Amino acid sequence: MKERNLTCIVCPRGCSLTAVLDGDKVVSVVGNACPRGKIYAEKECTHPERTVTSTVKTADGSVVPCKTRTPVPKEKVFDVMKEINEVTAGNVLRIGDTVIENAAGTGVDVVICANKG
Amino acid sequence: MEKMKKNLVIVGGGPAGMAAAVAAYDKGERDILILERDTALGGILRQCIHNGFGLHRFGEELTGPEYAYRYEAMVKERNIEFMTDTMVIGIDRERTVTAMNKEHGIFRIEAGAIVLAMGCRERPKGAFNFAGTATAGIYTAGTAQKFVNMMGMMPGKEVVILGSGDIGLIMARRMTLEGAKVKAVCELMPYSGGLARNIEQCLHDFDIPLLLSHTVVEIHGKDRLTAVTIAEVDGSRRPIPGTEQTIPCDTLLLSCGLIPENELTRGAGIEMDRVTNGAKVNADRETDVPGVFACGNVLHVHDLVDYVSEEAAIAGGAAVRFLRGETEANTLIELATDGKVRYTVPERITEIKETKVFFRVGDVFRDKKIVVRAGDEVLLSKKKQKFAPGEMETVTLPADALRKAEGKTLRFSIED
Repeated sequence: MKERNLTCIVCPRGCSLTAVLDGDKVVSVVGNACPRGKIYAEKECTHPERTVTSTVKTADGSVVPCKTRTPVPKEKVFDVMKEINEVTAGNVLRIGDTVIENAAGTGVDVVICANKG
Repeated sequence: MEKMKKNLVIVGGGPAGMAAAVAAYDKGERDILILERDTALGGILRQCIHNGFGLHRFGEELTGPEYAYRYEAMVKERNIEFMTDTMVIGIDRERTVTAMNKEHGIFRIEAGAIVLAMGCRERPKGAFNFAGTATAGIYTAGTAQKFVNMMGMMPGKEVVILGSGDIGLIMARRMTLEGAKVKAVCELMPYSGGLARNIEQCLHDFDIPLLLSHTVVEIHGKDRLTAVTIAEVDGSRRPIPGTEQTIPCDTLLLSCGLIPENELTRGAGIEMDRVTNGAKVNADRETDVPGVFACGNVLHVHDLVDYVSEEAAIAGGAAVRFLRGETEANTLIELATDGKVRYTVPERITEIKETKVFFRVGDVFRDKKIVVRAGDEVLLSKKKQKFAPGEMETVTLPADALRKAEGKTLRFSIED
């Protein structure tokens, strides 16, 4: 059995978590104030994920904010960033519009976070 | 000069101003005007493209622009009037608002009530008296955030960040994602002023070192920054000789505190709280000038926009009650702190009803209690694993407890 200390990033409360691992399997989590903390600890110890937020350039040269619709595997963050920086979006955009499908093979789309035009 | 009349004028169209307007509308007020100096509603959220907003308010994780848009949509659905590109240049105790824009020139509005929602600004470079040259490459973290997120321009490639406030942490990650090398985050204090989650996901994720009890002691470079010298500081925050190290970099970002922007408030002679740098208010967020309310970061700096929205709704709703003559101005209870608790908002209570009090502590305290006393009597005592200066706390005082405190001072302290 091995212990791993984590800081939960699900909400601003930032609970200090301790996950007990048997090999690479999480057998218990303490310190979480809500059930989301347990899920976070389990994911963080097995396959950590992050939401990527960035900006995408548009046809008129301005930038608009975008994000991955859901978190992506942490090791794919820079691959997703590379794709975001290669794409150019249109000049008329609405919140939720897809700008990249299946970013960096993660199965997750990158979507627009502000209205434009 | 053009003159107008409005029941409710809201100064600032950021998250606080919009939430105050929406709350006032929903309480039945229709004659509302929001004045915003930027080109669009939304305030600083427009450049805060990271996620983590709205978990309390909307029960989901939004980016800053998405959170702002929710409120902008509420303002527009209600047909609440707003003027952008409009600068308020003065308010007075008779609730006259003087503003200017291209369409009207300088104009005056006689307001029935005013909600101040101007937000805050970052502590600027000039506040630090850095030794060295006046070189390009030194920005506040928020300025860099605007460059990167709104203008699509990177301010530099090799970065040192002074101050571990949330904007600095967020920018450490943002600059890294866009290809810059963030070499260190230096924090003068022995603890970070940012949220634990941001240390984790913005620094640890990218192996960016956080150097606590460190500061910048010298700036190098003639036209452009070439390096900074940092040093460890002692318990009195003085640099320790012999601990200096020079880090080559082209950019220094400053994330060293936010200051409520209260020129208008001071101009009106409104009583200020020297700790929050905001107005002193009652639970309605009404200042000592009747009918003038304040909310959001102009009142005290919040960690979460969700709490800004909550506070602004209190102020907006109370402004409507003021217009109807339903508010109480006489102070029944004063709130005081022991120094370990740095401040409370509100600072006074004028009505005996359940009241939520926001407070902030001045140091990190572990396994301590927040205790609220009226005279010798303990009205409330709540234990907590950790109190930290970077995290705003709340206690809710029930009406029964406040009844016992009437005519007295409520003392907030951190105890064993």
